[in-house]
Amino acid sequence: MEERKTQVPDSAFRYRTGPARVDAQELAPPITFLQDAWRRLRKNKAAVFCMTLLLVIILIALLAPVLAPYPPNEQHIPYANLPPRIPGVSIPGFDGTISFRGNRVDRYAMAGVPDDVNFLFGTDEFGRDLFSRTLYGTRISLLIAFVAALLDLSIGVVYGLTSAMKGGRTDLLMQRILEMLSGNPRLVLVVLMLLVFEPGVFSIILALVISSWIPMARVVRAQTLRIKQMEYVQAARVLGCTNAKIALSHVLPNISGVVIVRAMFSIPSAIFFETFLSFLGVGMKIPNASLGTLLNGGYKVFKLYPYQMFIPAAILCVIMLSFNLFADGLRDAFDPKMKE
Amino acid sequence: MNRWIRFIATRLLYMALTLFVIASVTFFLMSALPGTPYNNQDKLTELQLATLNAKYGFDKPLLVRYGNYMRNILHGDFGISLQFSDQPVASLLGSRIGPSIQLGLQAVVFGTIIGTIMGAIAAMKQNTFVDVFCQLFAITGRSVPNFVVAVILQFIFAVTLNWLPIGLWNDGFRSTILPTLALSISPMADAARFIRTEMVEVLSSDYIELARAKGMGEIRIAFTHGLRNALIPLITTLGPMTVSLMTGSLVVENIFAIPGIGEQFTKSILSNDYYTIMAVTILYSTMLVAVIFVTDILYQLIDPRVRVEEKH
Repeated sequence: MEERKTQVPDSAFRYRTGPARVDAQELAPPITFLQDAWRRLRKNKAAVFCMTLLLVIILIALLAPVLAPYPPNEQHIPYANLPPRIPGVSIPGFDGTISFRGNRVDRYAMAGVPDDVNFLFGTDEFGRDLFSRTLYGTRISLLIAFVAALLDLSIGVVYGLTSAMKGGRTDLLMQRILEMLSGNPRLVLVVLMLLVFEPGVFSIILALVISSWIPMARVVRAQTLRIKQMEYVQAARVLGCTNAKIALSHVLPNISGVVIVRAMFSIPSAIFFETFLSFLGVGMKIPNASLGTLLNGGYKVFKLYPYQMFIPAAILCVIMLSFNLFADGLRDAFDPKMKE
Repeated sequence: MNRWIRFIATRLLYMALTLFVIASVTFFLMSALPGTPYNNQDKLTELQLATLNAKYGFDKPLLVRYGNYMRNILHGDFGISLQFSDQPVASLLGSRIGPSIQLGLQAVVFGTIIGTIMGAIAAMKQNTFVDVFCQLFAITGRSVPNFVVAVILQFIFAVTLNWLPIGLWNDGFRSTILPTLALSISPMADAARFIRTEMVEVLSSDYIELARAKGMGEIRIAFTHGLRNALIPLITTLGPMTVSLMTGSLVVENIFAIPGIGEQFTKSILSNDYYTIMAVTILYSTMLVAVIFVTDILYQLIDPRVRVEEKH
């Protein structure tokens, strides 16, 4: 019997590397809320496409000073109202010709423009390069929209959180104030605010914020009231957390999805109001370009030179559409239950 | 019943308070406006300015003017327009409210009907090409500002094709078509979206299954069961939509040169016509507040799940 016992030398064993214990099934690392949302967002092709498009547009807008061939307000009076000419493209409408009594006429030759000077989006009545103006205009419009959205997000969140967390009399009073403010048509309020302040980027942002934080405050309040009922909030309260601490570390993270989505929707709305106001003639100051002033300028001559109107209009539509589709995707990603 | 009276009374009180606050805020904003309401203000001498101010009562202290104005409003006197040959503002707006209301109503009715049909079809043909098209249309309608739509329509149908008048309000129904279309895009998109969401939910409920099991046709199910239940919540959104269309038609009225309230408002803000600005603001706010009130009541009548709060 002794012989049959096989001796296994110590050298046959070696220490195993890696973790001490291996479960039957490898556990995937826990997914955070944002990772989970990102995973769902990625499946929505339209939203991803819009997000990429928006990033490209934002990048181009940020790089406006580098990309723009001319300063946005520089006039070239002899080159006024030239149609777009893109070198190497011979599609009518983008080759520097216009249709005149049934024939295509080269406006660039008529105006005596050198061959190597091209205005990609054409020029306006003062000979300003519309491509440069569009770049700068998009930049200003996006800037206004982002700042306005950020500000009304902060005001709305603070107001809504305070109202819901305080409760009682404070809540009642704050809600009555909201109700009164929301009885005022937003458009009229914005227009009046703009008339009182000096027109410009700052006052447009102010007017937008004053009128648009209300829905955000309502959403935040409703969500906070819901979260406040949760057991973990009660537990936190029993453990002696202050209201402020509960609001910041328990409620806010749990309503962040709703708040982000809401803010994403308020960006296109801010863009809309900016263009609307500038189109009316109470928005941006005259020589400066924004999408709204470009539309306004283009509209004045659109029977003769439709490109001056349609190019900024198309860019506006693309931006608005992308933001809306992206925000839709984001909403579904944050809250799959709410999917329509 | 008692509960209802109390509910309505409190709401009415708050409505009055809201309007009072809005009127006051607008009044003080107005007095902070730079410039004067007079034409050629740069050429006026000090004396002329003072005379004009005295004539229109702008020389009195702010609070006195405020008191006077508020008292006059309560008596139905909205002052005189400073731009349009001293015409009373009330009659000026009265003569202009017709086109605005007509446009607002036409746009809401047309938009909602087409939108409802699109939404219903999209819900029935869920996840098909038709559905995708309807949803794409809805999101485009929500994204593209109505003044851009107005300009594009004007360019295509009036300037290029020459089918419809380019503007003005002098060709009967024909001149209302383009502005109505431009304004109806957003209610159409909203209705399509709304109805689709509601219908998808309704169509997956048990009683629809039962109707299907009984052998009811798909179209009949969609219209008698699905649409009927989906329409109820839509009704409550119609009022606010009409008001927002009327206030939102500012630019569209300008584009088509329609003699409506919006066009008047734009003119008066560009010329500091204080009393007209005030009156339009109060008019818009009253409409909005009243519509919200009616909608709240309607909502409670229609949907038994929403109960009147016991205490306020």
